[in-house]
Amino acid sequence: MSAPLAAPGAVAPLNAEAGRWSAGQAAVALAIAAFLLAFLIWPVLTVIRVAVTEPDGSLTLSHFGSFFQLSLMRESFANSLYVAGMTVVLATLIAVPLAYITVRFRFRGAILIQTLGVLPLIMPAFMGAAAMQLLFGRSGSVNQLLGQWFGFTLPIMEGLKGVIFVETLHYFPFILLNLSAALANIDSAMEESAQNLGASGWRLFRRIVFPLALPGYVAGASLVFIKVFDDLGTPLVLNVTNMLAPQAYLRVTSIGIEDPIGYVICFILVGFSIAAMAGSAAFLRGRDFATLQRGAAAAPRRDLRPWQAVLAYGWIVGVLLLVLSPHLGILMLSLSKVWSFTLVPEIWTLDNYSVVFRDSTRMITNTFLYCGLAALLDVVIGTAIAYLVLRTRVPGRQWLDHMATVALAMPGVVLGIGYLRTFRDTEIPFTGEALLGSWLIFVLAYTVRRLPYALRSCNAALQQVHLSLEEAAQNLGASRARAIWRVVVPLMAGGILAGFVTSFITAAVEISETILLTSRESLAPMSYGIYLYMQSIAGRGPGAALGVVAIVMVALGTYLSHRFVAARHAQQFMKGQRP
Amino acid sequence: MTTGTGAPVRVEARGVTLAFGASTVLRDIHVRIEPGEFFALLGPSGCGKSTLLRLIAGFNRAQRGGIFLDGVDISAVPPWERNVGMVFQSYALWPHMSVAENVAFGLEERRLPRQRVRARVAEVLELVGLAEFGGRRPGQLSGGQQQRVALARTLAIEPRVLLLDEPLSNLDARLRHHMRRELLAMQRKLGITTIFVTHDQEEAMTTADRIAVMDQGVVQQVGSALELYDAPASRFVAEFVGTINLVPAGDPLFAALVAEPGGATHAAFRPHSVLLAQRPGDPAHHWMPARVAEREFLGEFIRYRLEAAGRELIADLPHALGSAGFAQGAGASLGIDRTQVRLLGA
Repeated sequence: MSAPLAAPGAVAPLNAEAGRWSAGQAAVALAIAAFLLAFLIWPVLTVIRVAVTEPDGSLTLSHFGSFFQLSLMRESFANSLYVAGMTVVLATLIAVPLAYITVRFRFRGAILIQTLGVLPLIMPAFMGAAAMQLLFGRSGSVNQLLGQWFGFTLPIMEGLKGVIFVETLHYFPFILLNLSAALANIDSAMEESAQNLGASGWRLFRRIVFPLALPGYVAGASLVFIKVFDDLGTPLVLNVTNMLAPQAYLRVTSIGIEDPIGYVICFILVGFSIAAMAGSAAFLRGRDFATLQRGAAAAPRRDLRPWQAVLAYGWIVGVLLLVLSPHLGILMLSLSKVWSFTLVPEIWTLDNYSVVFRDSTRMITNTFLYCGLAALLDVVIGTAIAYLVLRTRVPGRQWLDHMATVALAMPGVVLGIGYLRTFRDTEIPFTGEALLGSWLIFVLAYTVRRLPYALRSCNAALQQVHLSLEEAAQNLGASRARAIWRVVVPLMAGGILAGFVTSFITAAVEISETILLTSRESLAPMSYGIYLYMQSIAGRGPGAALGVVAIVMVALGTYLSHRFVAARHAQQFMKGQRP
Repeated sequence: MTTGTGAPVRVEARGVTLAFGASTVLRDIHVRIEPGEFFALLGPSGCGKSTLLRLIAGFNRAQRGGIFLDGVDISAVPPWERNVGMVFQSYALWPHMSVAENVAFGLEERRLPRQRVRARVAEVLELVGLAEFGGRRPGQLSGGQQQRVALARTLAIEPRVLLLDEPLSNLDARLRHHMRRELLAMQRKLGITTIFVTHDQEEAMTTADRIAVMDQGVVQQVGSALELYDAPASRFVAEFVGTINLVPAGDPLFAALVAEPGGATHAAFRPHSVLLAQRPGDPAHHWMPARVAEREFLGEFIRYRLEAAGRELIADLPHALGSAGFAQGAGASLGIDRTQVRLLGA
């Protein structure tokens, strides 16, 4: 209806001045490159090198040969593929209806689905696993009920099935969020023109809606596949060791850091991660996005018919109950004296919390120290990379972006083993302390691993700041550095803060690297503490209490970062800078 | 080329009222579009013209009144059963399908045999001059070509009515003029009742048989371009269609121009009915002294903004080779042709 006013988002064109670059910019770029090479690329290359060379340095495939000769390894490989694949299938079945309902229908439960999208992610999968064992395990609450009333039980937590069940409930939000975004971005005219030409209902969905949303689905599904394929914490807590990641961990910790089989596993993990990411990127590149055009609107929401409403609410409430169950389980466990073979705990107590705050405050402060520093480094590096890439012409700046993003594809197990191998003899300058025996190694590992999250956030924030705002400051006499400090960074503040929080909370619940890098208990962060407690029956109560502390922290952080982002969007809308 | 399933159709909106929440977008709209007519809905953005178009296509639902095709109320028919073809402003070509697949879509939805689908796709692509482009992706085409594909996709199903939503707004000026003539030629050839929405009065006047001028959800006037231009029914129409000088009743100039005011609120005359000269001439004109406040050279004519009798008046004077016209700040005599003055709000 309206004349298409120019609403160019705020993607800044590169100006002519940016053709030059200064020594200062180059120095920053070099420092970041050196950091990423030392603590990301080099450790990973070391792992790969060990996998494909003899001790004397000659190239060989013999380690792969011995890997495939071991039936346990072949079985683990197959199991990992099976678990990751099945998780994607089940997560799809849960997420697709939810995404479609949120985006296309008007109903009061929208807030429920949004909650569903975040709830699982605020609790690390390995923590959920312990609670699910109590609720759905062989002698868990649900099977007790079923056994008493109907005389049968569901072996849902047995072996690989348990891993699939826990991972599905944990990771389906990745598909839900990506698919919802893709659906919401489809220009309503795309669907209306199909209706205008005679399509409706299922055919409309199959021929137009689904193909247009496919890129979003593929992005989500490939992420789920990688995450599950690489996960170490969940199988370990469920005592399932015949999968790749647990095998890598066990080989390196029990047989030794020299054992090549562990490295072959890492090679496979890295290969699959990179293949999945590259595959989905290639898939996305190959097609036009049917995103909103100027003056276009997302499809209007329809009202649910009564039978549709019943189905929709039923589905949502069912999934919500399942998703909430580990949270409830952890909470009950943290408040119970003993809980086994009964429906709910028999004796309620706050003792677990006093145990945690008496014995484990060190772990909590460790988490704040490691993750706080790592998140700070992440946003500083993230802002610098975003600026270098978007606003300067420093040669090779794209490579900084690529390198940082590679961390997204690096399994924690691989990076952990890489650190153990690469830095085994490294000492910290001046103090002479071993790097691996110091808390610094956690900060480094978390910084590298969570950098992509902060970078994405900083990138988005900088893209919102129109180049002219910075140029206006320079025009009024601010040097480039002053303009960045006084205009660009304050305008990016919301995004930087959101990036900080995301990096912090995801680092706080990281488990794969943490298990590998924790050399003594005094260095351990909370996530390791939870894992350790969960190993023994007596420790489950305090472990759950510590878990509740972590969940509250993460939930609070997630809420805050959503608030920052929402506030920033509101601001931008007011300024009319977004279409 | 087959031309629809039968004789052209009459389209009527009868007493249509539509509100989104608290804001009323269409108020009691009555429009009757004759079979085979090329009809324009003209108005500023937000006037409700696109909403009315979408109502005819079935994407909106009126709170009151209805849309009738040849006298039959189609308000309850869903969009996919209306056979009312619409070309979207953004074209809405599906990026995951080739040009030929886009065009074939509506035919496949009608379960036509594959052989006929293929023949029909070739036929309409030929019609819009894109016979060679069937295998391309929409993203590989220029804006003008995309527009033709969108048109072909809609014509393929032989719709009873053709709806065009700002069909030319995404094209550059040169292409716009070209496509305008082409659209008109095609409509004449097919004889299909066509309704198009535009905010560009020149576009509407040069193509449409008749125009409905809309403002704030109300149809202000319906008529041919000539009728709207020469006999605007309201101040809004007078100002929206072409450029006009308005003199409110009560102004001394109003009394000088109008002998029998009746109940008129304004006297109105076009800029080209105004003369500029060194001294008063033709006595059929009303003459007064004026000063040139601004001048714009537009090629065929020069547009002067003049201060005269305490008002600002606009005069368009034809430009002739070698003539410099009046300079900015110069004084001149201004003459208004009394026979060209018409009354508004009478």
